Amino acid sequence: MLRQLRRPNLAVGGGIVVLLIIIAVFAPLIAPHDPIHDANLMYAGEPPSTAFWLGTDDQGRDIFSRIVYGARIALTVGLLVEMMNAAIGIALGLSAGYFGGWWDEFVQGLTNVMLAVPTIVFALALMAVMGPGIPSLLVALGLTDWAYSCRISRAQVLSMKSSPFIQAARTMGYGPGHIMLRELLPNIAGPLIVVATMGVGSAIMAEASLSFLGLGVVPPAPSWGSMLAGAREQLIVAPWIAVFPGLAIFVTVLGFNLLGDGLRDLLDPQGRSRR
Amino acid sequence: MTDTATRQDGPGPVLRLQDLHVHYEVRTGQGFGQVPLKAVDGVDLQIRPGECLGLVGESGCGKSSLAQAVMGLVPATSGVIELDGRTDWDRSAATRLARARTVQMVFQDPFSSLNPRQSIATSLGGPLRLHGVTNRSERADRVAEMLRKVGLNPDAARRYPHEFSGGQRQRICIARALIVDPKLVVCDEPVSALDVSIRAQIINLLLQLKDELGVALLMISHDLGVVEHMSDRIAVMYLGRIVEEGAWNAIFSDPAHPYTRTLISAIPDPERADIGHERLRGEAPSALAPPPGCAFHPRCTQAFAPCREGAVPAFTRLAEDHRARCHLLTKDTESR
Repeated sequence: MLRQLRRPNLAVGGGIVVLLIIIAVFAPLIAPHDPIHDANLMYAGEPPSTAFWLGTDDQGRDIFSRIVYGARIALTVGLLVEMMNAAIGIALGLSAGYFGGWWDEFVQGLTNVMLAVPTIVFALALMAVMGPGIPSLLVALGLTDWAYSCRISRAQVLSMKSSPFIQAARTMGYGPGHIMLRELLPNIAGPLIVVATMGVGSAIMAEASLSFLGLGVVPPAPSWGSMLAGAREQLIVAPWIAVFPGLAIFVTVLGFNLLGDGLRDLLDPQGRSRR
Repeated sequence: MTDTATRQDGPGPVLRLQDLHVHYEVRTGQGFGQVPLKAVDGVDLQIRPGECLGLVGESGCGKSSLAQAVMGLVPATSGVIELDGRTDWDRSAATRLARARTVQMVFQDPFSSLNPRQSIATSLGGPLRLHGVTNRSERADRVAEMLRKVGLNPDAARRYPHEFSGGQRQRICIARALIVDPKLVVCDEPVSALDVSIRAQIINLLLQLKDELGVALLMISHDLGVVEHMSDRIAVMYLGRIVEEGAWNAIFSDPAHPYTRTLISAIPDPERADIGHERLRGEAPSALAPPPGCAFHPRCTQAFAPCREGAVPAFTRLAEDHRARCHLLTKDTESR
């Protein structure tokens, strides 16, 4: 198992993700300042220094502390959203592939619609109806980005459902539920884990985008996206206000994508250059 | 058509097929129409309890479709599938379980017929739990006992399929088929994926278990040599139809259909060299466009006019337990 750490994608991606999780869990111990209540206009717009490692924003809040606490929001939203997406996508894809017929046609049509319209547009529409805030953010993103999980699980089921061991399960008298969850799902889990890992990255990206547009996490909660939004006016005079949250988003999404890539190599050594 | 070569005495048949048709709709690529592919085209067959019926035919003759229809894996287009006296096979869970306890299957490829993510204990114990053995230790005992019966160490239960060789896996598949105590086991080419040196072992194991457990076998093979030593009766299938059916000794001592004779002479056996090798000419015709008359006539050395122009030959009864479909058998009464 340790030998697998030699794979650079897996090691770097996994390292970033583990580090993020540590930062999110121990945020109060790591952050030198309170991310919300330490606003002090005396220190507004300070450049990075020993007191404020990454500088302060336009309200005098410590950017480093806000990024640290922002990791909590990013990871929580990213993981919860991807869990919802994976659950919907796998449930639809498994059943569509296994049952076929009109249900398959319906699910495929739905998937194509979801793929044709950008996820963010769907989410924007849902957010406009439900109003901003983390709960509606979870619902909006969790219901819209399942198309890839669905497609992959359907394709995997199609290639596997005529295997003799599935036929053996059918002749043994097992019902569709057992066959899908106990026989098929464990055998197609590898590619689905890869898709889900990368999905966490894109969910974090989507959360940042919606927060940037003012529809996601409500200020003053420290979301990386809303920090970017608040930094727009000072971009010339105080670039650090925008650069560091932007970097946080970049590194996080990169980390999940690298981890997904590395997991694919690990779980499926033959299909290294797929997708 | 309903005249079968089987005697009706003792308990009823464990399997009775009556005019079974399995057709698939196939797109031909010409136009938009769909053409029925008649994989199984009117088969009558019976298997008595504890009997071994060998079903022989070339690949593409419909023997696997027949097996799949018996198992309920493909729907029968028409006809009757009677298993242990029961013919109503709907999709309810109770029916599914009842069918599973009547008939089980051993597949051709032992490498893909076990779930690679399940231990042998799960592969064998799961079905027991499904069929009502709720006590965990009783399940473990029965799994161990069944593994012993198929010649494996009971320790095998803890291991996973990839840890076994092809022959061992086929033993596990046989154990899985037998663990719910079925009355009939359908073996679809059970040894053709195995090394020649392993084949005899698996065939002997099946025979031994048949006698020990009183289970009936439907042995499907493209190789008459495989079913030769284990079948009580043999049915020869060609292009969706049974062309000859009879007791083992009748088929081998007195084969009536030219196709059966060709198959017998294809068995490599130095002692039968005197028969002379009748080689099959050409490929089997497509089931999408079967030849008119007797489907075998384009490859038959003895074909005459009725074979090419007449109807599909009906069964001729040759002995109490032996019948064949060939115009040659009725030549005298037909043409004179």
